[in-house]
Order: sequence, then C-alpha cells, then structure tokens
Amino acid sequence: MNFGSLRRIAVLALAAGMIGLLAAPVLAQAPTPTPPTPNKGDTAWMLTASALVLLMTIPGLALFYGGLVRTKNMLSMLMQVFFTVCIVCIIWVVYGYSLAFSEGTSFNSLVGGFSKAFLAGVTPDSTAETFTDGVVIPEYAYICFQMTFAAITPALIVGSMAERMKFSAIVLFIPLWVTFVYFPIAHMVWYWAGPGATVAASKAVAAATGDAKAAAEAALAVVQANAGIAFQWGALDFAGGTVVHINSGIAGLMGALLVGKRVGYGREAMPPHSLTMTLVGAALLWVGWFGFNAGSALEANGTAALAMINTFVATAAAALAWMLAEKVAKGKPSLLGGASGAVAGLVAVTPASGFAGPMGAIVLGLVAGMVCMFACSAIKNALGYDDALDVFGVHCVGGILGAIGTGFLAAPLLGGTGVFDYATGKVGDYDMAAQVIIQAKTVALTLVWSGVGTIVLLTIVKVLVGLRPGTDQEREGLDLVDHGERAYNY
Amino acid sequence: MKLVTAIIKPFKLEEVRSALTDLGLQGMTVTEVKGYGRQKGHTEIYRGAEYAVSFLPKIKLEVVVPSGGVDKAVEAIVRTARTGQIGDGKIFVSPIEHAVRVRTGETDDSAI
Repeated sequence: MNFGSLRRIAVLALAAGMIGLLAAPVLAQAPTPTPPTPNKGDTAWMLTASALVLLMTIPGLALFYGGLVRTKNMLSMLMQVFFTVCIVCIIWVVYGYSLAFSEGTSFNSLVGGFSKAFLAGVTPDSTAETFTDGVVIPEYAYICFQMTFAAITPALIVGSMAERMKFSAIVLFIPLWVTFVYFPIAHMVWYWAGPGATVAASKAVAAATGDAKAAAEAALAVVQANAGIAFQWGALDFAGGTVVHINSGIAGLMGALLVGKRVGYGREAMPPHSLTMTLVGAALLWVGWFGFNAGSALEANGTAALAMINTFVATAAAALAWMLAEKVAKGKPSLLGGASGAVAGLVAVTPASGFAGPMGAIVLGLVAGMVCMFACSAIKNALGYDDALDVFGVHCVGGILGAIGTGFLAAPLLGGTGVFDYATGKVGDYDMAAQVIIQAKTVALTLVWSGVGTIVLLTIVKVLVGLRPGTDQEREGLDLVDHGERAYNY
Repeated sequence: MKLVTAIIKPFKLEEVRSALTDLGLQGMTVTEVKGYGRQKGHTEIYRGAEYAVSFLPKIKLEVVVPSGGVDKAVEAIVRTARTGQIGDGKIFVSPIEHAVRVRTGETDDSAI
C-alpha cells in the first residue's frame, strides 16, 4: 500500500547500480509480506510535531504579524490567520489531502485525484510510509501533520496584504489559493510512490534476467513515474522551502502588487504597534518549527535530530547576521531585526534541515540573515511595493536561498547527508552541479505556478467581491470595519 | 490666581512634584502629551522603513497657585526639571478668573 508518503529523492538513474547488482547472483526470495505496524515512538512524535506546527500558526504567526501592524488592524491580522487555519483544516480533509497526496489520473505529475476525498477508506489501521522501507506511521497522523503545513502556508501570505485587504476577500481567496496553488505544488514536490514500491521494484529489476528484465525495468519506471514532477526531477525539499515558503512568498508579492499600497504608505508613519508581541510570536514560530522541520523526517530518528539541531543553529546564525548587518548599515541592531533574522533563518533551513550538516546550516543562516535584511530594506524600497510585513523579502527570498543552498549543502563533501538511493540501499554519489540545477528548476516552477496562479485568483476575487475596503474605512481600521471590535479597550 | 503650565521631560515629573509639594501646593494635574521644540525628534527604523518621529513624549503639568506664589512655583519647576540639555521644556503662566471646589463650594484662593 503506497499511500502518498513523500519527499526525498526519487531513484532516477538506476541502470548503472542495477548492472552492478546483477553481477552477484542473488536469489530473490519472495517472503509473504506482513503489513508493517507503526512504531509507537514514531507515532507519538508525529502527533506531537503536528501540534507544534499548529502552534507556529496560532498563536505564533498570528502574534508575529499582529505585533507588526497598527493598533487599529491588530484583530484583523489575528482573525485572518485564525480563519485561514480553520478553513484549511476543513478543506484538507474534504479534498485537500486527496489532491495533494493521492495518485492522480492523467495529470498525476501535477496534482492528485479525488480517491481520498472525505478521507475515503482511511481508518485507524491505515498507514502511510515514511522514508524508510518497511516503516509506517498511522495515516491519520500523517494527514494531521500535512494538514498543518497546508494551513500555515496561506496564512503566511496574508501578511503582505495586511491592513488593507477586506475580510470577505480573504474568505474567498484562501480556499481558492490552497485548491489551485498549494495542493498542486505539494503534490508536485512531495508526492511519490513511497520507499516500499520503489525498493521492491528495484529488487525485481536486480533479480530479473532475460526477457523478464525488460518487464521489471518497465515496472520500476512506472513506480518512479508515480510521483510529482519536481520529485521526478529529484528535487530536495525536506520540510517545505519551495512548497511552503517560496510558494507563499511569491504569492505575497503578487498580492501586495495587486491589492496596492496602503493608504498613506510612504507618507505616514506605520510603525509596528507591539514589537513585544512580535518577539513572542517569533519565538513561538521557532519552537513550533521543530515540529515542522524535525517532524518532516516522519520518524523519531537521527534525521529528525539532525533537522532539529539545524533548526537551532541556522536560526541563531541568521538572527545574529541580521542584527550585525543592521548595526553596520544603519547604526543600531534592532529587536525586530533579530526576530526577522530568526524567521529568515528558519525559512532558509527548512528545505535543507534534513540534508545539511550543522556547520553548513550555520553558513546558510548567516547568508539568509544578511540577504533577507537587504531584500527587506534596499530592494523593497528601490522597487516601492508595499509588502506590508515582508512576506516576499523573508519567505520567498529566504526560501530561494534555502532551496538552492540545499543543493550545495546536501553534499557529503560539505558535511551533508547526501541522497539515499533506494535502489542500492545506501547513499549514492552526489552530483552537486546537477542537484543545484534541479533545485533551481523547482524554484522556477514554484515561482511561475504560484505567481501566475495568485494573480488569476486575486483577479477573480476582485471581480466577485473586491479586494479593499473604502479609503475612509481603511483609515478607520479593519478591526472596526470588518469585525466590529477593537483590540485594546483601555 | 495663576495657572502654571509646565511642559517637562517625563522622568523629571517626580522631582518636580516633590518640589511643588514642599512649597505647600496641594494638587496638580498631569497629562501625557507629545510635542517638540528645539529638540526636534528622532529617527525610528523598522526593517526597511525609516520614520522621522517629530513628536516626543512629554508631561504637561498644570497647577493653579495664588498670584503671590507664582514666582516660587516657577523657580521650583525650573530648578528641578532642568537637565541643561535641549528638550527640558517650557513654562507658561496665565491668569485664572475664578475657581470653585466642587465638594464644598469654596471659591478662588480657598478652593485651590
């Protein structure tokens, strides 16, 4: 049973390894397969990790964003994030999980099908494969874990359009966006047939001789083709650098451009109303991110521990780098800079967390902190777009750095883990240049799909309900206009 | 009766209050205000956004004193609120026509 367990490199170039294996005549036994049962430790960890990722979004992201807006828009910010989580949870079990992680029909390389709509056929005994042949976790745990990813990604976008997008537009946009952008991208990057089928087909190829060999190779090709397009290319995205961060970051930029600048942008001061809350939110993001990254190992094992330590050190390095860059460029290191740097580091290390070594992760964090600081000040000011909470500068730029950086840092030469080859059962040779190109292709795919998709969807929303409140309403603040309440009554 | 209105640095409030109390003044009203004079403002930077903050937080202190006590009160405020740096504030003195204590109905000097 190959439930859409995902990620990690597909076994693409098997031929050479197969020939080598054939030299040793191995008698392939076909033991009666007994279905693997989930390990309780793995299960407990995945349930915990799922809850941690929810913590990232609410209250983490909500407070991080909320502190950055003006007092009059605090509740609207919290509400937009909160609403997004709630609606995506429901959509996820109705058809999202199926579109992202079930086998599709004619467009299986782009999007899944509806075979698991309403979680059809899933029971407490259903299992999903991890990245290890023969290791599974309960499918419900896997669904919950992936649900939290689907929930946080669109929640990241709303920051770019903060303080000026009306709630009705958000209510329409979020379901459209996850349906036409998130679920397909998640499928393209993460869906594959799973280690069990891949290993079994590879063994069959190794065991086959003569005419049977061609048939076995064809069968293996079918298994390998049962994956998203980026996965087939061999894209490495451990925990969602492309799927979550580049995806939401470019959508955020398009959103900021389409919705337009806030009234008074560039003329009136719009300082954050509470950097205290922003730091609380950033810290909760960091804590929750351990579930996000280490949980993406899908097992409680050494890879999860690697992802965890990388999530510590890359984040710390990026926070320090941003503070230092600010000190040099502007004279003073700021708390907001430190918090923003931490988030930039978290973003950048996300795709690399299970592949890079800790020293590589520190380098990635240092680069991300400085580059994102530059993106959020010099580049943003030069181009003049109003990405209110720097979704593009932190998530898209940081995500691209991480995605490309993963191509370098996964190399065993640079302390990385390399890529496990399911055909040979060990880490294969690592071609850094080829991997970096694959990473770049995946970045481009995500930028185009999400960028174009967001423009189309926002245009539809604009026609149907409009994107912005009136100027007077915007000046009054979305808390009163959209929700009829204020954040602070004192 | 005179109204003494002093704009002072917030951290000087307690010293000023104490000095005025020592003069025998029985009450005062303070308001947190913003403003600028020669001190101008400062710059705040939030990521890429730089804001020139013109209005700085100050305390506006209002106290009504008998006409004869104005000089002492002004002198006490100047003495305690001064740091010698720009931004120490200003004092305005203006006449008061009439005063009433709400509880007793006393008027003018006996009301303050």
